[in-house]
Amino acid sequence: MRKLLLGLLAVLLSTAAGAQYKTGDVARDFKLKNIDGKMVSMSKFKEAKGFIVIFTCNHCPWSQAYEQRIIDLDKKFKEKGFPVIAINPNDPDLQPEDSFDEMKKRAKKYGYTFPYLVDETQDVARDYGATRTPHVYVLNKEEGKMVVRYIGAIDDNTEFPDKVSKRYVEDAVNDLLEGLYVRNGNTKAVGCTIKWKKS
Amino acid sequence: MNNKHRSISYHLSKLSYGAGAGLTMVLVLLLNSFSYAQIIPIVERGDLYALLSKSDDTLRVINFWATWCGPCVAEMPYFERLERNKGSEKLQVILVSLDFPSQLQKRVVPFVKKRNLQSKVLLLDGGDPNEWIDEVEPRWTGSIPATLFLYRGKRIFYEGQITEQELRSYVAQLKNMP
Repeated sequence: MRKLLLGLLAVLLSTAAGAQYKTGDVARDFKLKNIDGKMVSMSKFKEAKGFIVIFTCNHCPWSQAYEQRIIDLDKKFKEKGFPVIAINPNDPDLQPEDSFDEMKKRAKKYGYTFPYLVDETQDVARDYGATRTPHVYVLNKEEGKMVVRYIGAIDDNTEFPDKVSKRYVEDAVNDLLEGLYVRNGNTKAVGCTIKWKKS
Repeated sequence: MNNKHRSISYHLSKLSYGAGAGLTMVLVLLLNSFSYAQIIPIVERGDLYALLSKSDDTLRVINFWATWCGPCVAEMPYFERLERNKGSEKLQVILVSLDFPSQLQKRVVPFVKKRNLQSKVLLLDGGDPNEWIDEVEPRWTGSIPATLFLYRGKRIFYEGQITEQELRSYVAQLKNMP
């Protein structure tokens, strides 16, 4: 019986982890260390109309497959008011390729144009409800608050960028830029599970 | 006539050589049956749905994984033990790889061969995951590993790395579920 209860608890916990921010919720700001050693918060981007917050990391092949597309998203939307902020939530003890030093190296090698922050306590990932990398949250500034307007995938083809037909994040940001309601606010993607610290 | 005869006997000797080689191959395969590598099919989402909708008396444990996924690889021995020790129980472990289809020969086949996996392995080429994740399991956020336990139309879903004890207890729970 005890085993059964523990089992049920595990199922509940594993599903609860995916049920944090929903579209329409106000996202909290954070203060996380960037690869240049400086602390970054959303509130410092005075001109931003919103953000493309992406939980991602070094080691995950899906993150790697999307790396160039994340850089392209930043280049395309930063000047329109929606910069990318990348956050690595993984515990480097469990995934040494995702350590702070490796983050610095990778960002330099591939020419990241956006902050690449480390979520050491994993509190931000937990609050947002991120479960995998990459996992995207598009936030829109509404009456001074950052409202979650899109959660999900970057597009519909991880392996072949030239075969993409649905650009979910781009469509969401473009909807927001036009002052529209995001038509497709939630999508799902396959990703690497976030490497949570052993409690 | 002479020439023709010679030619026929030549072919016969080729044939018997061929049969000998074939027999040797069979013997080699028999001797090596413990390291026999299964053929891994690439399946589409429709094939996966068909598998999930089976409601016969076999309990299926369907694990979504990839070769480079650390926690997936870590928990794989538990699934293998479940499959290898099932005896006469109507149970099937199916390991659905989410490696990129282009990596089948390069990564998945060598991985399965090296570990001599006895569980059935499939590689899913499902297209846009947004279109099939909810069909597989609405509670699934898309991270791997993830495991689905199915038996007579009943199901348990678990997202994340599983322990051997949990794996066994879910199998037992599902069987006893009303």
